[in-house]
Amino acid sequence: MSKNFRHLVSTAVPIAIENIDTDQIIPARFLKATTRDGFGENLFRDWRYDANNQPKADFVLNDPTYKGEILVGGKNFGCGSSREHAAWAIGDAGFKVVVSSFFADIFKNNALNNFILPVQVTDEFLEKIFSAIKSDPATQLEVDMEKQSIRILSTGDEAKFDINPYKKECLINGYDDIDYLLNLRKEIETYEAGREFNF
Amino acid sequence: MGKTLFDKLWDSHVVLSKPGFPDAVYINTHFIHEVTSPQAFDGLRKRGIPVFRTAKTKATADHNVPTVDQHLPIKEALSRKQVEMLTTNTKEFGVELYGLGHPYQGIVHVIGPELGITLPGMTIVCGDSHTSTHGAFGAIAFGIGTSEVEQVLATQCILQYRPKRMKIEVNGQLKKGVLSKDIILYIISKISASGATGYFVEYAGEAIRALSMEARMTICNMSIEMGARGGLIAPDETTFEYIKGREFAPKGADWDKALAYWKTLHTDKDAEFDVTLTFDAADIEPQITYGTNPGMGMGITQHIPTLEETDDKEKASFKKSLEYMGLEPGSELLGKKVDYVFIGSCTNSRIEDLRLVADFVKGKKKADGVVAWIVPGSKQVEAQAKREGIDKIFEAAGFHLREPGCSACLGMNEDKIPAGMYCISTSNRNFEGRQGPNARTFLASPLSAAAAAITGKVTDVRELV
Repeated sequence: MSKNFRHLVSTAVPIAIENIDTDQIIPARFLKATTRDGFGENLFRDWRYDANNQPKADFVLNDPTYKGEILVGGKNFGCGSSREHAAWAIGDAGFKVVVSSFFADIFKNNALNNFILPVQVTDEFLEKIFSAIKSDPATQLEVDMEKQSIRILSTGDEAKFDINPYKKECLINGYDDIDYLLNLRKEIETYEAGREFNF
Repeated sequence: MGKTLFDKLWDSHVVLSKPGFPDAVYINTHFIHEVTSPQAFDGLRKRGIPVFRTAKTKATADHNVPTVDQHLPIKEALSRKQVEMLTTNTKEFGVELYGLGHPYQGIVHVIGPELGITLPGMTIVCGDSHTSTHGAFGAIAFGIGTSEVEQVLATQCILQYRPKRMKIEVNGQLKKGVLSKDIILYIISKISASGATGYFVEYAGEAIRALSMEARMTICNMSIEMGARGGLIAPDETTFEYIKGREFAPKGADWDKALAYWKTLHTDKDAEFDVTLTFDAADIEPQITYGTNPGMGMGITQHIPTLEETDDKEKASFKKSLEYMGLEPGSELLGKKVDYVFIGSCTNSRIEDLRLVADFVKGKKKADGVVAWIVPGSKQVEAQAKREGIDKIFEAAGFHLREPGCSACLGMNEDKIPAGMYCISTSNRNFEGRQGPNARTFLASPLSAAAAAITGKVTDVRELV
């Protein structure tokens, strides 16, 4: 997984389903690993493979027509369990950006902590992306971190997205939260000394 | 202007607030378990740093453990390895572990409160989304990812933006046969699985105040199922009564001092919420879910929405969901045959849940062909049930009382619902495959689950109590 993100032009893989929960992204029975690697193999496991572990031909990740480093999902993407393994699986499968019209909070944090950019657009813009890919799977999307914009290259449609300025810096420069917090040691100890209760 | 309880607690835990940056928030208690901690400990090792405050970190094994024969080695190699790794990690870093075989072992969100570790006024995190449970004590408690687990292990702080505030008021009184689980399933069905995303919820109103601590925990537990960052309830006499005398609760002069502080923990009268929602407890009947997210629920006597009643944009997801469940739009669930009954999980596995179910099934027998599992939330709950003779009641009714763990809530350990089978479950998620590949889940209260075990089908428990 790359440790920063600035700019990307890529085709995209569309999953036009709402409320994609992290149990779909990576089912619990695959959470037994003790490293961060290899989860991509089981990304969307039960949507991708049948009970006999044969690929389901109608699922988009098994369809060679669709590829790219951008995953586009329906509203409320990443809801449910806090498992960061969902973000690891998405990153391990080669995705650098996830686009949706709404993200669950914990998933959003987990993605950012793994240098995967969650791009939140309006329902209307998400529809435009889905229909552009539907009419031409080779449709490319451009994601620009500096400008905080996402563009459908074939139609020229463009939208801005929000990202907090701190996380933007982290993503561009490859910093993480622990580096930041470790530098606050003095402040943390001062805070502890001033607390009335030891809990 | 006054402040909300949430803001009072947040403000008193901010170590550093800088414009444009997330707040560095101090964490009083950090619970860890075997699934979401190995990579975090590994991160500390790579950075060459210790756990910053070991005394504020508590560990248990719950997700991966079998719920039979816990005295034997775990059969499944990967599960065993993960549980063993928790033991070696906690030993190496000096963190207390209530592992398998320990009298305090259990589901992390059950043991925190029962040991008196969870207290009003605290900030609590855990690498598990149902950490919101602890909010029932008037604490800020929320689930985090593994990178954040590493942050908290390393610094006892977490970087977070302050969420918005939502108040959910439930007024009036609950009707007979309706439990706190029904309240929260009802709310989620009204506001959807994303209805509170971005918010921290405070639950208030007469119907909430009337609940026991354990019933309040059930409500706060499922806050995440409507997307909320967490949910809390201001502490009151019910809270203080519950905590007093528990293992790690303050004692003597410390208790008096803590109590005086806890009594100040409430939302000021003139405080403002970003959103306020109001419900009437009298409108709530026993609830059941029919779909594949917790927002797809209804009163047990109602019918599943028809395609015409479904929003155009949601039609595709709705159809996919009902296909998975093997159910028809517009149909009723009453009378639907069930194969499994699961009473357990961090939502409903506490002693009150077990007592309620035992009271109901006493002298009755489960229906033929139904597998009924009762999985206590902790070793202490299990021991208490045995002291009270509840285990005998379950046995006589044909229910299987197992050993503590997350069990069939998440299809990770040995306890899974077979493909295609219907399980009425007191857990918190009905996602596709949640209880095992292709398993079909109906979420409901412990009473509704017990009623289904007896009749073998989805039943309106009000007809039996």
